[in-house]
Amino acid sequence: MSLLFYISSFVAILATVMVITRYHPIHALLYLVVSLLAVAMVFLSLGAPFVAVLEVIIYAGAIMVLFIFFIMMLNLGSETAQQEKNWLQPRVWVGPSLLSLVLLGEVVMLLLKGQNIVIQTSVVDARKVALSLYGEYIVGVELTGFLLMAGIVGAAHIGKQKKRNLHRFLQENENTGTTIKTIICPPSTVK
Amino acid sequence: MSSFNGEIVLIVAAILFVLGLIGVLTRKNIIFILLSVEIMLNSAGLAFVAAGAKWQQPDGQVMFLFILAMAAAEVSVGLALVLQIYHQHKTLDVDGLKELRD
Repeated sequence: MSLLFYISSFVAILATVMVITRYHPIHALLYLVVSLLAVAMVFLSLGAPFVAVLEVIIYAGAIMVLFIFFIMMLNLGSETAQQEKNWLQPRVWVGPSLLSLVLLGEVVMLLLKGQNIVIQTSVVDARKVALSLYGEYIVGVELTGFLLMAGIVGAAHIGKQKKRNLHRFLQENENTGTTIKTIICPPSTVK
Repeated sequence: MSSFNGEIVLIVAAILFVLGLIGVLTRKNIIFILLSVEIMLNSAGLAFVAAGAKWQQPDGQVMFLFILAMAAAEVSVGLALVLQIYHQHKTLDVDGLKELRD
């Protein structure tokens, strides 16, 4: 179990480094899925199988698929990657990265200086989690329900298109009066 | 049943958090910023689960469930906002959002 933890945390860190260094959004998303699956393995080795399963289903399944659909809907492709590539010069990322790594070094030093914590992992199964969740944390569960409800209503309200927005291919030709031609022809042939 | 150092788990969580922080600080595209925020939330959840595993109590996992629900709500609202931004400005560059400047 300990070896499992070390391997999967190494994979998680490596995949996360790949996430923040990729230019193409889809590549970053797929590396993030790998990172989340590795974190799920870490949870499993820590004796939390229920949370590991939820991590795979909700994080790597639902949220990442939402991101992927979003990127597909906005048609973010090579020009986004090119823009990121132009932006991510070393003079841009070296400063914040170095300062953040200094802070990380301080945290690691503090963690290593403290008294030695030994985690004896024993499996805390879904039954204990459920009893705690619907026992002492029942108020939190209801507030989470409110939060999700507010999230749904907020997303539906914000995502609603209030004014008429043309697609960018249509908008370019609107002033010249060739909109009808644009609708008839496929957009790729117009431009 | 196994045992390992608790510091290592917290160090892994700290490394993941700092990687997400670097992503937020250096990226220019809103999609990447949202992804990095997800990484940071996930690493915070990892620290919670590790703390729950130390005392073999389910509270850490319960807190992770709350973080998960919060991340889901945040992502849905955030992506809807990004969609509106894309429709108004035709770009996802954070430098393009400067109406409040003048």
